[in-house]
Amino acid sequence: MDFEVMIGVEVHAQLLTKTKIFCGCSTNFGRNPNTQVCPICLGMPGVLPVLNQEAVELAIRAALALHCKILRRERFARKGYFYPDLPKGYQISQYEEPFAAEGILSFERNGNCKTIRIKRMNLEEDAGKLIHEEDRGSLVDFNRCGVPLLEIATEPDLTSPKDTHTFLAELRQILQYLEVSSGDMEKGHLRCEPNISLKKPGQSEWGTRTELKNLNSLKGVEKGLLFEIRRQKRLLESGQPIRQETLLWDEKREIALPMRVKEEAGDYRYFPEPDLVPLVIDEEWIERVKRSLPELPDDRKKRFVETYKIREQDAQTLTLTRRLADYFEEVVKIHSDFTLAANWIITEVLGILHEKNLSIGDLSVTPARLAGLFHLIQDETISKKMAKEIFVKMVESGKQADEIVRVQGGQIRDEAEVERIIEEVLKGNSEEKVRYQSGEVKLMGYFIGQVMKRTDGKANPRMVNEILRKMLEGNPQKSGVQKK
Amino acid sequence: MEIITEEEVRHVARLARLALSEEEVKKFQRQLEKILEYVAKLRELNLEGVEPTTHVIPVVNRLREDRGKESLSKEEALSNAPNTEKGHFRVPKVIE
Ligand SMILES: [Zn+2]
Repeated sequence: MDFEVMIGVEVHAQLLTKTKIFCGCSTNFGRNPNTQVCPICLGMPGVLPVLNQEAVELAIRAALALHCKILRRERFARKGYFYPDLPKGYQISQYEEPFAAEGILSFERNGNCKTIRIKRMNLEEDAGKLIHEEDRGSLVDFNRCGVPLLEIATEPDLTSPKDTHTFLAELRQILQYLEVSSGDMEKGHLRCEPNISLKKPGQSEWGTRTELKNLNSLKGVEKGLLFEIRRQKRLLESGQPIRQETLLWDEKREIALPMRVKEEAGDYRYFPEPDLVPLVIDEEWIERVKRSLPELPDDRKKRFVETYKIREQDAQTLTLTRRLADYFEEVVKIHSDFTLAANWIITEVLGILHEKNLSIGDLSVTPARLAGLFHLIQDETISKKMAKEIFVKMVESGKQADEIVRVQGGQIRDEAEVERIIEEVLKGNSEEKVRYQSGEVKLMGYFIGQVMKRTDGKANPRMVNEILRKMLEGNPQKSGVQKK
Repeated sequence: MEIITEEEVRHVARLARLALSEEEVKKFQRQLEKILEYVAKLRELNLEGVEPTTHVIPVVNRLREDRGKESLSKEEALSNAPNTEKGHFRVPKVIE
C-alpha cells in the first residue's frame, strides 16, 4: 500500500564565529579535550554570560536569507535538564518567542519547484561531547560546550526522503554562501533531525510522529528516512501502534534503533534567563546586515527582469535556486539572446531534469555547451525544433552540439539543394501540382510536408516555403532567398 | 481544592534530582501551596497591557565582540573534578 509521507526537519547549524556564544573561548574543532574552556562555559558559580555580537549578526543574516520575520526584542530562556554534557544543568536557548519565524525556502528538484515553510529559528548554545565507554561510565569534553548554534525548524512540508535531501542541500548551500556556517555535517557543524509521520491515502488522521537523530550526512538522512518510513509502514499495515519516540540512526548497520528513554524528557521547565538582558534588534541593524549580504534570490530576480528583460514569472523560476540562476547567467554571458536562454532553460532544461530525475548540477550540458547550441540556432545551422532533439542527444551522449550536427547534418540551407528536392517532390506529385495551380492553394501544406519528410525535417522551413511558391506560381512572393 | 498535589511535588523533586521522604513531600506540599496562593494574588489585579517582567533593570544589548580570550589550562579546568581520565572529566555511566 502506498502511504503519504510528511516530514519536517530541525537543523542545528554551528555559527561561524571565532569564539563561543557567551565567552571568549575558541570554537576551533578537533583540539585537545578541555583546552578551550573557561569558568563561564564550564558553568562555574558566580560567572555571567555575555552575548557574542557576531553570533547575532550571523543569525540575522540567515533569517534575512530565509525571509523570516525577525523578532525585535529577543529574550533568552533556560532549558533545564540534567545530563553530563551540560555543566550548568540548563542550556541557554530561546523559547516563547523565537529569534525569527515564518520564513520560506524554495528549491527545485526534477524540474519541480517546492516551497518549504520555516517555522522558527533560535539562537542557542551547544552542549559538550560525551564519549560513552562500556561499563566504565563516560568521558566529557567541554570544548564544544557554548559554541553558538542556530536552530532552524521547518513546518512538515517535505513529502519524501529525496525532497528532504534536496532541501537540506539547499539550506546548507545558503548557509555556506552567506558564511553563516561551514555546513560540515561530518564534523557535526550541521546536524539534522527529521520527524516523520505517515498516512494511509484517503484517511484524514496522520500517524504518530517519530524523530530521527544521529544522521551525519545527506545520504544518511535519506537512508535513515527510507528505513523509518519502511518501519512505520510495516507497523501500520499490521495494525500495530507506532510509539512516539526518537530513534538513533546507526550508519554502519543502516538501521535506526529507539534511543534510551530520558526520564521525563520534554519537561524542561523553561524560564527567562536572568543573566542575559534583552536583545533589541532595530531596523538600522537589520539594514546594515542586509547591505553586507551577497545578492539574495529575490534581489536577483528583480535584477534579472531589469537586466535581461525577461518576464517576472520566468525570473522567479530561474532564481529559485542559486545554481539554476548561476547556470542562466553563465549562458547569457556567452549568448546574448536572453529570452531564448530563459525560455530554453525553463522548458527544455527543467523538462529534461524532471524526466531524467536529475538536478542542474548533474547536467552534462554545461552553460557554455548550451550557449553553443544557441549559436547554431542563431546562425540557422539548425532550426529550433531540431535544437530540441539535439539537446536531448547532448544530455544523453555528453557530446557537444556541433559534434552531433556534424554527424547527423544541420539544416539544409543550400538553395540549389532545396530546389532539387522540391523539384523531385513536384515531379512525384504532378496531379496535386495541377490542382494547386488551378486554385487549391491549401495544398501548400501538403507540399511542405512532403519536402520535410524527404529531408527528415532538416530543410529550412522559410526557404522551402519561398522556393515552393516560386516554383508553383512562377514568381517569388518575396524578394528572393538570403544566401549565406 | 489543592493548588499543588503531592504527586506534583514528587514530580518536581524528581526533575530537580531531589530525594524526598514521604514526610517531606507532605511538608513541601503545604509550603508550596502557601507560596502559590500568595503568588495567585496577582490574579486579583488588572494586568492588561503589562509586559511580563523578566528583568528589573532597563538595560538592553550587552554584547561582546567576537574576540578570543585565553581559556583555562587543561590542568586548571580539570582541577576540581573528582575523577578525570585522558584529559576528560570522568562521569558515571549515563546510558544503559
Ligand atoms: Zn569559555
